[in-house]
Amino acid sequence: MASVTLKNVSKHFGIYDVIQNVDLDIADGEFMVFVGPSGCGKSTLLRLIAGLVPVSSGDVLIGGEKVTDVPASKRGISFVFQSYALYPHMNVSRNISFALETARIGKAEIAKRVDAIAKMLKIGHLLERRPRQLSGGQRQRVAIGRALVADPEVFLFDEPLSNLDADLRTEMRFEIAKLHANIKTTVIYVTHDQTEAMTLADRIVVLNHGRIEQTGTPRELYDRPSSRFVASFLGSPKMNFAPVSMAGGRLAGPGGFSYAPVLAAAAAPSEIGLRPEALALSRASAGGAIEGIFERMEDLGHEYLCYVRVGDGLIWTIRGNDTPPDFLPGSTVHILWRPQSLYLFDKEGARLDHGSMKSAAEGAA
Amino acid sequence: MTPTDHAQRLQTRTAWLFVAPLLVILFAVAIWPLARTIFFAFTDAYLDDPANYGFVGFSNFVTVWEDTIFWRAVSNTLIFTVVSVAIETVLGLAIALLLHRAFFGRGLVRAAILVPWAMPMVVSTRIWDWMLNDQFGLINRILIDLGIIAKGIAWTADPTLLLGVVIFIDVWVTTPFMVLLILAGLQLIPEDLYEAAEISGVPPWKCFWSITLPLVAPAIGVAMLFRTLDALRMFDLSYVLAANNTNTMTMSIYARDQLISFQDLGVGSAASTWVFLIIGFIAILLVGLLRLDRSQH
Repeated sequence: MASVTLKNVSKHFGIYDVIQNVDLDIADGEFMVFVGPSGCGKSTLLRLIAGLVPVSSGDVLIGGEKVTDVPASKRGISFVFQSYALYPHMNVSRNISFALETARIGKAEIAKRVDAIAKMLKIGHLLERRPRQLSGGQRQRVAIGRALVADPEVFLFDEPLSNLDADLRTEMRFEIAKLHANIKTTVIYVTHDQTEAMTLADRIVVLNHGRIEQTGTPRELYDRPSSRFVASFLGSPKMNFAPVSMAGGRLAGPGGFSYAPVLAAAAAPSEIGLRPEALALSRASAGGAIEGIFERMEDLGHEYLCYVRVGDGLIWTIRGNDTPPDFLPGSTVHILWRPQSLYLFDKEGARLDHGSMKSAAEGAA
Repeated sequence: MTPTDHAQRLQTRTAWLFVAPLLVILFAVAIWPLARTIFFAFTDAYLDDPANYGFVGFSNFVTVWEDTIFWRAVSNTLIFTVVSVAIETVLGLAIALLLHRAFFGRGLVRAAILVPWAMPMVVSTRIWDWMLNDQFGLINRILIDLGIIAKGIAWTADPTLLLGVVIFIDVWVTTPFMVLLILAGLQLIPEDLYEAAEISGVPPWKCFWSITLPLVAPAIGVAMLFRTLDALRMFDLSYVLAANNTNTMTMSIYARDQLISFQDLGVGSAASTWVFLIIGFIAILLVGLLRLDRSQH
């Protein structure tokens, strides 16, 4: 087990800056998730840590030791690929043990280790099969088994669940979480799926255009996103946004939105954000409610989503889990919101604190 | 008759309609000539008057079988095939592995190596024939200037060297074909397999033996099969270089000699039939050996 530290790491391919000045500390045994939209550099960052791609500048430390120029095989890491990268011409058993063949540890010891891992991952009955005879979930297990057999200090996962269907993804997510609880090895896990990030991570790193947008626990990032980018990336359905203007200490926005925040001196909000689950709908007008046109309702059984047009063209989502309302499409509705759930962002997308916001202590709790 | 039956029949008829031209052409250029050849192999017909013939049973086959020159041609062909295909495979694999790596100007190099293969065999053979000329040839000149030999070697006249020269020219001409087929196979191997091996610390030689070679083997197998069948019926190279010199005479040249030079349609056809049987036997053997009929991974 080992910590991982990135010191001012940058990577450029030709003129493209893929990773820019990343500083990061990952504690020993931590489950760290890199999340971000495609092209944000999360996979590249993982490959830099693995040593599959050399850094352009900066240093990578594993277990406190500088490994910037150490080859991938000597870094004490294991890598689970998105495509699994199983050797198609070898059976499961040999796929797992292939790396040990040159390690001079003897056939009996190899067999013992393969058996132990097969038992742990419940793939004992598949050992003689070829990868193409396995289902997606089984291939995934074999890929994890191959990573486990090396007994790594750090586990690297590159979008391991993205090739699986929804049910299997939930199941494997659970298994990976359990695996981490058992072996307590440091894990760095890349995904574009915010659900995987929220559910698996001890801490999340949100990446955007090769820079770290924010690092924190899932709860911190959800409650106190540092920017509009993080706020819109985490949470499903996405946060609702609307442009606002400031006049005489009061914010005014579409649908009759009006609010007087307590702001720091230089703060200039230009956009508000409200999460779908922090909103409620009412037929009757209420003080401070935002007016909109009801468009459509989706009843999912355990919850429902209402789509309401606010101002011109903005569609907001309101989520509830009580009895679904029966508004007629086209009818006027009122969106109820509370100041403590309101997020304000400035022109650059940075979040601004305002008087009614949940306090930092409350947010981290 | 139900509508479905009708649609089915219509579909079947349309299918036959599409296949028919191919069947006619195949019959005209492959099955008919083959049938005629086998037919004439049992007659004493001569080329100037093939309509005038009598049946002689298997005597033409026996004539060919007892001809030492025919066996010389068979052994020449087999030596040529085994040696040239072996060299082309090893060279082809080595060059394909080099070209598989990304480097500046790779596209140009890939196009350039195709040049020998794109040239007609007759032209390539003539070029090498002149370059290997014992008195005026470039090769001897270079070797003499470098001090490797004292006087010109009679590459294309010395009977012990002739078959070697034939193999050398064939390797020069057809290695690019091997390179291309093997390169296509190499490019089908996912890059992340090598990354997985890299992280596991698998040494490069083991990567080659345990990952690259088994995964590119089907491509090599197909390439070898193509080249072997091609080499077994080789005619042009030997004929342009040395005509019917027995040192380089192939099975095809032997059959042509009987048929054209000696005008003996019966014996020529019998020789052709022998060639057909020998190549057919080797083809079946190879396909079985490579298990090409079975789906490979």
